[in-house]
Amino acid sequence: MKRVGVLALQGDFEAHGKALERSGAAPVFVRSAADLDGLDGLVIPGGESTTMLKLLREEGLMEPVHEFGLRHPIFGTCAGAILLAAEVSRPAQESFGLMDIGVERNGYGRQIDSRVTTFAAEPEFETRTQPGAVEAVFIRAPIIRRVGARARVLARYQGDPVLVEQGPHLAATFHPELTADTRVHQLFLKKLE
Amino acid sequence: MYFDESFRVKVGLAEMLKGGCIMDVTNAEQALIAEKAGASAVMALERVPADIRKEGGVARMAPIGKIREIMATVSIPVMAKARIGHFMEARILEALGVDYIDESEVLTPADEEHHIAKRDYKVPFVCGARNLGEALRRIAEGAAMIRTKGEAGSGNIVEAVRHMRTIQKEMKQLTVLGKEELVAQSKQLQAPLELVELVAQTGKLPTPNFSAGGIATPADAALVMQLGAEAVFVGSGIFKSSDPERRARAIVKATTYFNDPAKLLEASEELGLAMPGLDISKLPEAELLQTRGW
Repeated sequence: MKRVGVLALQGDFEAHGKALERSGAAPVFVRSAADLDGLDGLVIPGGESTTMLKLLREEGLMEPVHEFGLRHPIFGTCAGAILLAAEVSRPAQESFGLMDIGVERNGYGRQIDSRVTTFAAEPEFETRTQPGAVEAVFIRAPIIRRVGARARVLARYQGDPVLVEQGPHLAATFHPELTADTRVHQLFLKKLE
Repeated sequence: MYFDESFRVKVGLAEMLKGGCIMDVTNAEQALIAEKAGASAVMALERVPADIRKEGGVARMAPIGKIREIMATVSIPVMAKARIGHFMEARILEALGVDYIDESEVLTPADEEHHIAKRDYKVPFVCGARNLGEALRRIAEGAAMIRTKGEAGSGNIVEAVRHMRTIQKEMKQLTVLGKEELVAQSKQLQAPLELVELVAQTGKLPTPNFSAGGIATPADAALVMQLGAEAVFVGSGIFKSSDPERRARAIVKATTYFNDPAKLLEASEELGLAMPGLDISKLPEAELLQTRGW
């Protein structure tokens, strides 16, 4: 069974832990550089990216997580997608730059603009997982404004990319960990094989 | 009936706030300090609880201009307090676009019998509770997050501990009861049977369960997290201390590393003076904030 880290500084890391278990992986909560040893991949959960960033810096985790990402797959949801991006706007902030995407924070607005919705992913997503519409929970979600040449869009909602991959890494602006549908997590786990 | 799509979206934001620290602020300058220190959200209010306690008078929803200023200044979620039962303060805050409303005992209640019917709103609500019955009544009304009431503005953790332990113990007790006993418990807790049965099945509240009321030190935050809180609210504890910025950072760190004594030691060093505390057993009954709400 694959051992997958979940960055557990702040946010919905427990929900990701449960989603990984449902998808057949063993979650390990990561709060220090030593916790990364021996992991096959890492999930950066939803939460507040400013809070995570501050703790990552203060606890000396920026470099170890970046290093980990050069060798292993990372899956970021919402705040996690913001941290994986090459550039972040509204406001600009530091990120790992592991994916060639540009992300605007709170792109849809405030909490009253949050929603549960369903959309059809790109055919490729269904081919690589199972067919069927994706139920997506957007919470104060960011918008992916730019997708670089090396990144691929696997799903769009209202025309904007919401699920993007680049080599080993995967970014979602919604929260697959908050639904019963395990396909997005399964797609990530396939990258660890 | 309780758990529709709107409820999932409301609980969704509470999920994102887990493991974090929500800080009381009265203006944009404080909000910025909180955000820089790593707060996962800020709570806008007119005066921090310690000042409300000291100055007395009627405590109301914060001035709209101040809340707007805070919303324009920080990128993290902004919550604001409404008076218990004051559904028009709540409607105004919803129209303003705050991310969460705290129907709070810290403000002067507007209605001594009724809480706000919270399911009718698009904006999510958090409410205080001292025990499981109170928590489930608030959830039945539509609250999407529960926090202990503790005793706000006291700088004394004893009431938050009492409330968290009570809620946890009452939930554990439900898990071993039979069907008939749950019906009797529903009556005793004055809470809907459907919610009582759900807690009996899962051993947990159907919403995130946070802690508030008296958290003044990193050790206090770690203590309530150990007792089962999933995040913490810090009110007067930060801006009534001698070095708010440093204390805010330390409490954020302690909330993340509540299970790591070495990190807690680091967080507890050189903090300056904590806010002055109150002995709650010496407070006259009429000055208690936690008894507001029904």
